[in-house]
Amino acid sequence: MSTTKAKVERPASVRKGGGRFDWRWAGLAALLAAAVYAPFQLVPFHVFQLTMVLVYAVALLGLNLLVGHAGQISLGHGAFFAIGAYTCAILLDRFDLPYPLTLPLAAAVAFVLGLALGVPAMRLRGLYLALVTLAIAIFLVPLLKRFEELTGGSMGLTLAKPTPPAWSGLAEDQWLYFLTLAVAVAAFLLAASLLRSRVGRALHALRDNEIAAEVMGVRLSFYKTLAFAWSAMFAGAAGCVYTWVIGFVSPDSFTVNLSITLLAGLVVGGLGSLSGPVLGGLFVMFVPSISQDINDAAPGVIFGLLIIAVMYVAPTGLAGLAGRLIKKIPRKE
Amino acid sequence: MRVSAIGCTALLLLAVAACGGRDSGGDTGGTGGGTAAAGQCAGQQTTGITDTSIKLGGIYPLSGPASAYGDIPKGIKAYFDYVNAEKNGIGGRKVEFVVRDDGYQPPKAVEEARRLVEQEQVFALFQTLGTPSTAATWDYANQRKVPQVFVATGASQWGTDTAHPWTIGWQPNYISEARVYAAYLKKEKPDAKVAVLYQNDDFGKDLLGGFKRALEGSQVKVVAEQSYEVSDPSVDPQMRNLAESEADVFLNVTTPKFGSQALAADAKNTKWNPTHIVNNVAASITVLKPVGFENVQGVVSATYYKDPNDPTWANDAEMTLYKQKMQQYAPGADVNVPYHTFGWAVASSFHKAMEAAACPTREGLRDSVRNLKDVKVDMLLPGVTLSTGQGDGFPIESMQLMTFKGERWELFGDVIDTRKEFGPLTG
Repeated sequence: MSTTKAKVERPASVRKGGGRFDWRWAGLAALLAAAVYAPFQLVPFHVFQLTMVLVYAVALLGLNLLVGHAGQISLGHGAFFAIGAYTCAILLDRFDLPYPLTLPLAAAVAFVLGLALGVPAMRLRGLYLALVTLAIAIFLVPLLKRFEELTGGSMGLTLAKPTPPAWSGLAEDQWLYFLTLAVAVAAFLLAASLLRSRVGRALHALRDNEIAAEVMGVRLSFYKTLAFAWSAMFAGAAGCVYTWVIGFVSPDSFTVNLSITLLAGLVVGGLGSLSGPVLGGLFVMFVPSISQDINDAAPGVIFGLLIIAVMYVAPTGLAGLAGRLIKKIPRKE
Repeated sequence: MRVSAIGCTALLLLAVAACGGRDSGGDTGGTGGGTAAAGQCAGQQTTGITDTSIKLGGIYPLSGPASAYGDIPKGIKAYFDYVNAEKNGIGGRKVEFVVRDDGYQPPKAVEEARRLVEQEQVFALFQTLGTPSTAATWDYANQRKVPQVFVATGASQWGTDTAHPWTIGWQPNYISEARVYAAYLKKEKPDAKVAVLYQNDDFGKDLLGGFKRALEGSQVKVVAEQSYEVSDPSVDPQMRNLAESEADVFLNVTTPKFGSQALAADAKNTKWNPTHIVNNVAASITVLKPVGFENVQGVVSATYYKDPNDPTWANDAEMTLYKQKMQQYAPGADVNVPYHTFGWAVASSFHKAMEAAACPTREGLRDSVRNLKDVKVDMLLPGVTLSTGQGDGFPIESMQLMTFKGERWELFGDVIDTRKEFGPLTG
């Protein structure tokens, strides 16, 4: 896989470029600056769209850990997203918790459930695992409808959105955007440091060759389950932020379609790279509406064709495509 | 990593540059670049409306599991195209109708509502479809003071709620429908024993609850009730349990798939032959056909608009106009699909409400749809009119009963006005 190659190459180039101006950090800083500047320039609708991109990016970050780095397929990521969203909604609705507290709780609930479901699920491989995760995504919707006292049944729960504190002077959409941005930045730092640690190396080892990894002393079931739980935690956190932003949850918001769209978004964005989730988030958010602008009779068909087109042009996802293009530009080394 | 970070930055900056500045930094859900009227309507919002145009936005599931409803906006578009071309629009204003797809998903509906209001600058949201999508967007519409008129869902909350004056429904709500069946039973079978099968969600409970309340004080009794989940494979077990009750009336509160299962189970069971009432949602010909028309003779239901398949209306002026203009302005669309008719009727209702508005403003429309007095609308059954007022947020609350004969529904009895029979519906 080319991503592994890139991982090997990068430390070398960093060492080579030591002391020189580092484009990578400059790029990141510029990106962050643009992200902070954007909500003051954009109309509320676009700020809302960017907020949703960040929400999806955090969820995809978790899925990326599992699919991109640990090599396990999950078709049930939307279910953990829903669990986070509902945990947050129920805490806000029934227990009147202040909303900053709901985020860690939602993430924790998703982590524990991910761990619990990960133990049996991770004994399975490939397609069998995919089917089990698919089942989780399918049975969650009727389950949410069943416990009506808690979840509001199929009518869902309507919640008040976080209001910006007076000192900030921000509009509601801007405040939500910055909350989401803060969560996204924290999630990216966490994922990056996780991947750089022992856990990240173990995950890569078991993705590339399970037997070799086991021989090297990586406990397969332990790391697989852990990857599952971490991925669920990111999804849960994203779900919670989603509840803040949308202010409404219902079982029909979290159908199997969501799980499949998330997986498609990640693959298109780029598996196993840190920028993949952001590009995937942009894809999940914008491509359905773009495809509707092209032909509003059959938006689904256009969406599907676009995915196929992207996979032809960029088999390693958009992140990989960008990498290939840059490599073509001659550089003085 | 480096590469795509730069790419992302470029993308973001592009987006920022393309969209220009934000008009007011501290804007907290105000009009956001909207315009206001002068004169007697001073201070009211005129966003999306000029002397020659009016822009409306609708959100429907054009894709996904509920995409059959995607036929509704085709009927609406045909109506507005016809009015624009032949009637000089609504009071001289040509209607532009923007349709967006939410795939029946609430978060998509929120995004599309914001797109229509903030980017397309529509005058009003003319229909959101489905209870979840409407529940997800009505807070937003009311916060922004954008009319969200004639939403396509039968939940009763759009009319009973008082915190959302900008949102209003159109079709008879499920409680009103239940009242029609109750009125029929009280009159025709005053000591009926009723068995009910219902879908375990807001729709089923709204209808069943309304039915029980409407029966209070009468000799008609619900003797058995069974619920099912949308995810259930079959309702056969529930039907067996209900048959044991030996009730003489069976009320079938289901969505299409389960509706035909229940009809088939009832037809198969020769020992139990109750009067079968099927609710409007599951009463279309496409539901009855697979059961076999010979098996559904005498089944009872209720409706409120003209069925294009019904020969009763073959020479009806409104029906002739509808069929002719649909062919002209929506070539390729099948005029016999009732969803097109529904769209035509709801668009005609908007036409009437907008014409009656005192001010051509958002406030004017909001007040007009809440002050309709016996307004006649194309394609509604004779005797079914739109009425709203103080404490009554339900435009249509009358229905007529019909029974299945031969290969089609046949209307019988008079139009039942549930307002008169049961008084106003309140939360």
